[in-house]
Amino acid sequence: MMDAYIQISDLHKTYHTHNGSLNVLKGINLTVHKGEIFGIIGFSGAGKSTLARCINRLEVPDSGSIRVGGVDILSLSKKELLLERRKIGMIFQTFNLFEAKTVYRNIAYPLEISRVPQNEIRRRVLETAELVGLMDKLNAYPGGLSGGQKQRVGIARALVSNPDLLLSDEATSALDPQTTLQILDLLKQINRTTGITILMITHELDAIRYTCDRMAVLEDGQIIETGSVRDIFNNPLSRTGSIFARVYTEFQRASEENGSGI
Amino acid sequence: MSLLDTPLWEVIKGSFAPEIWQRLKPAIGETLYMVTLSSIIMLVLGLFLGILLTVTNPDGLIPMKILYTGSGWVINCLRSLPQMIMIILMIPVARLFFGKSYGVNACIIAIAASCIPMYARLVESSLLEIAKGKVEAARSIGSTNIQIIFRILIPETAPSLIRGFTVAVIAVISMTALAGMFGAGGIGDIAVRFGYQRFQHDVLFATVYILIILVQLVQWIGNFASKQILKKRNLI
Ligand SMILES: Nc1ncnc2c1ncn2[C@@H]1O[C@H](COP(=O)(O)OP(=O)(O)OP(=O)(O)O)[C@@H](O)[C@H]1O
Ligand SMILES: [Mg+2]
Repeated sequence: MMDAYIQISDLHKTYHTHNGSLNVLKGINLTVHKGEIFGIIGFSGAGKSTLARCINRLEVPDSGSIRVGGVDILSLSKKELLLERRKIGMIFQTFNLFEAKTVYRNIAYPLEISRVPQNEIRRRVLETAELVGLMDKLNAYPGGLSGGQKQRVGIARALVSNPDLLLSDEATSALDPQTTLQILDLLKQINRTTGITILMITHELDAIRYTCDRMAVLEDGQIIETGSVRDIFNNPLSRTGSIFARVYTEFQRASEENGSGI
Repeated sequence: MSLLDTPLWEVIKGSFAPEIWQRLKPAIGETLYMVTLSSIIMLVLGLFLGILLTVTNPDGLIPMKILYTGSGWVINCLRSLPQMIMIILMIPVARLFFGKSYGVNACIIAIAASCIPMYARLVESSLLEIAKGKVEAARSIGSTNIQIIFRILIPETAPSLIRGFTVAVIAVISMTALAGMFGAGGIGDIAVRFGYQRFQHDVLFATVYILIILVQLVQWIGNFASKQILKKRNLI
């Protein structure tokens, strides 16, 4: 039996906007094991990003509980939360790099704000840059990088402080298929070598199928299916699951007919 | 020389006479002194107020409705006063600080009071330009609010902040010229005393050249600096 690394129970979140309130998460229950790559799939607006943002408390849920590695995220003080966030890396669809800083300084930033000594920063940055394949770009600014390179910087910035958990919110959705594959390979490799737990949020079935061990289907603020990737692909119980699976098989047939294949 | 009895061309030629420029020299010094000092005060206080407005915004880093609305209201009030009225209003304030209500230092207070609110708004709009995702990334990394302001917000928006500061410094220059009418000295004072009261239009022309050159120079430096940064960052 594996450890439950992330444990979310009965999580609710409502956004209050000027045109009424929006019930985005409606009682989420989720368990992610240590060291696995867990996928969450769902249509646009299902609440995937909101769920991810609750895990490092970028968004404060209304009720429920979130435990990450035994830490009760929602009861942390402000100061404790800042320290806890440094143990949870996050990567984004839009990369969100700091354009005023070189690649080196982007990767170094998480260590700089934690007052790590300069020589230790240097060692860690070079190590991480090596891992993601950015050694030749350290002095470049993000503005001059390709999408794939930008996401490598994002990954390096998320990994440099040796987090135990990586939250990936549509990290490959802005990339072309070939670059997507490279980034997914990189995530898999990092997961294998460091044992980091990865929560991968996406609407790309391919990405989940290629990368994840287990997955959950999120529909309209609720987890409607959880299980191994293989089971959900072969026997989707939920509507979203079956739609995704059907779309996926059709998509694959079409791409095989066109001889392009992904 | 006056346009009343001398042809335009002669007045223009006359405006380059060395005696005029000799007389203008100390005035240029005074103007540069006023512009520099006012701009520094404006930069510091305007940045502070602009940051305050940005972070206390209901959607900002540290939402504080009362402070946000309050400071916004004060800024709007100050901005609704024409520059001339601001100078007149500041005369008693200057007397409080310096014991005299005229002179270079007194006018710096008026200039600052008039230009700080404008620059604060320019800073605010620059800071609000930042992509929300960058702030989000900085938060996800565990940055404190102070770290986000000084290590992310300001550096990321630096090119825009510089352009805003350029606009504000030019406003300071024009206000400095106006303050000359109220005993602040400098180029504005010369323009009023010689150009307006004594019809010495050659002197007036010379002051116009100086103001044009000054404004062009500031604009050029501002554009250049902001462009260099964007170029360095590979954003243009
Ligand atoms: N800050 C916010 N304020 C108000 N409503 C929000 C906010 N953030 C998200 N929402 C709404 O909550 C719902 C879920 O948003 P969320 O971003 O979690 O969806 P998602 O599953 O990540 O979608 P996508 O695949 O498009 O990224 C959407 O209807 C969205 O409009
Ligand atoms: Mg999303």
